[in-house]
Amino acid sequence: MSIQLEQSPTTGDEVITNYTINFGPQHPAAHGVLRMVMELDGEIIERIDPHVGLLHRGTEKLIEHKTYLQALPYFDRLDYCSPLAMEHSYVLAIEKLLNLEVPIRAQYLRVLFAELTRICNHMLNIGSHVMDVGAMTPNLWLFEIREDCLNFFERASGARMHSAWFRPGGVHQDVPLKLLTDIADWLDTRLPELFEDAMSLVVDNRIFKQRNVDIALVSKEDALAWGFSGPMIRGAGIPWDIRKAQPYDVYDRMDFEIPVGTNSDCYDRFMVRVEEVRQSARIMKQCLAEMPEGPVASSDRKVVPPKRGEMKQSMESLIHHFKLYTEGFHVPAGEVYVATESPKGEFGVYLVSDGSNKPYRCKIRPTAFSHLQAMDFMSKGHMLPDATAILGAIDVVFGECDR
Amino acid sequence: MTVLHSAPRFASNEGVIEALSTALGDMVLATKEEHGEVVLTVARDQIENALRLLRDHHEYQQLMEMAGVDYPSRPERFEVVYMLLSVTKNHRIMVKVSAADNTPVPTVTTLWPNAGWLEREVFDMYGVIFAGNPDLRRILTDYGFEGHPFRKDFPLTGYVELRYSEEDKRVVYEPVKLAQDLRQFDFMSPWEGAEYVLPGDEKAEGEAK
Repeated sequence: MSIQLEQSPTTGDEVITNYTINFGPQHPAAHGVLRMVMELDGEIIERIDPHVGLLHRGTEKLIEHKTYLQALPYFDRLDYCSPLAMEHSYVLAIEKLLNLEVPIRAQYLRVLFAELTRICNHMLNIGSHVMDVGAMTPNLWLFEIREDCLNFFERASGARMHSAWFRPGGVHQDVPLKLLTDIADWLDTRLPELFEDAMSLVVDNRIFKQRNVDIALVSKEDALAWGFSGPMIRGAGIPWDIRKAQPYDVYDRMDFEIPVGTNSDCYDRFMVRVEEVRQSARIMKQCLAEMPEGPVASSDRKVVPPKRGEMKQSMESLIHHFKLYTEGFHVPAGEVYVATESPKGEFGVYLVSDGSNKPYRCKIRPTAFSHLQAMDFMSKGHMLPDATAILGAIDVVFGECDR
Repeated sequence: MTVLHSAPRFASNEGVIEALSTALGDMVLATKEEHGEVVLTVARDQIENALRLLRDHHEYQQLMEMAGVDYPSRPERFEVVYMLLSVTKNHRIMVKVSAADNTPVPTVTTLWPNAGWLEREVFDMYGVIFAGNPDLRRILTDYGFEGHPFRKDFPLTGYVELRYSEEDKRVVYEPVKLAQDLRQFDFMSPWEGAEYVLPGDEKAEGEAK
């Protein structure tokens, strides 16, 4: 049987006009449910109109109908790749309104686990970014590390992902000593081994560089104007890190460097994240070395529930426990905006309290909103396959973006 | 008040209100400093000028966030809050304007390009109009959604639900039908701020409850 060649439909003097394609909402490189309407000239991107909101669940409205403590687990479900970092902003916002002191051990534990969350998040992002531009192996190795992190979360809180472990006034429960020693061993052996192995395949890889270097250049001025934060603004060469500039918990006691990019392209953003993983490990080692003894939650019984054992002995503790888990605690009227350095950038919570047991308004500042909005100007003039690299370097998660 | 909490510590607020309210002059309607946050309330039609001044002369380079808030009891029920960040002074302030659903707020997309989506979100959720925003479409809600869901008078359950219809081979919208009423537990202590009449109190006529 002979093969008949079909005639090309575009032979001749046909004029190719711009055409529009739909990228997503179901696309493996869209990192979730993102729909982008792309206007292409051949394979060159002319315009991108991202349509977000496909995962909008009305978290902020739901929070208005819950007590402060009941609203906490919603934060795990925002950025499901870095749940503890989301909780961190929220509990700090409540503590700021209450002006509540957190015991030092709880602050250390929070910083330790916030940095573990950062490593966990970056493993997913670095891995998927590498996979978006064509490499498979590093992702598998990085998921090994991520699995370890999730196991540590499970041993601390009982849940692999949705921990709900940071609580207003401290953390929910203390960690066993064995967990801390295991984390220390893991930081010394397994993490550097797997991570550096995986990175040795990527960072100097010719194909990886071809796909990322000089893609989506953003000037310092643009990065500021577009409200960039986190690795995106550091990639642009501005050494801005909320952990350093506006330290919270015990970050002011930690000794770490802020990596910045020089060229402000996707490769720089990637490398900033790679270095952040090493710095996070450094912070975690300091936390473990300095970890003080003491209580893990405030002793203010009007906010933090008493221990189970105490409740068996003391009537007052029983009353406190009952009141805290039915009515919840009251937060003084006022408004605060608290932003922390989540792995993806500035994650903020604008909390308005009317003095009752429920937030009057809780506005969540997602990191992805500003970054994704800049997708249009960053992709202009690039090729269609570059869009996946740009999207990978933004590190977007739709649970957080759409709320 | 001594600071006991461990929330992010940015540069001191000392003298900020005085400096900014002299610089902004008549544009400022009210200022306050509470819980360590500086809040300036600005006249609605002056918001663009005020923010331009803050950006260009007071180093608040970044617009990090815009939030809408609904206070149904006020004559102008909405508040739009702009969170500004200065990366050089390491300081944050909040700037507010009030608005009703028929009083447009001047857009600040002229100052910060990322205000576009932030304004779209406030419009989508609260129905505040931003005059001059070139692309004021809905952003988070569904295509063809009606209403503004974050208003306090919008029910938590919404008005429509959708399902896949096997007959029509597509997703169809239907009015919300709940098998059980949405339960709102009110655990507020009856001695402080309960709005309902306590059981038994309805018998006491004419007396304070």
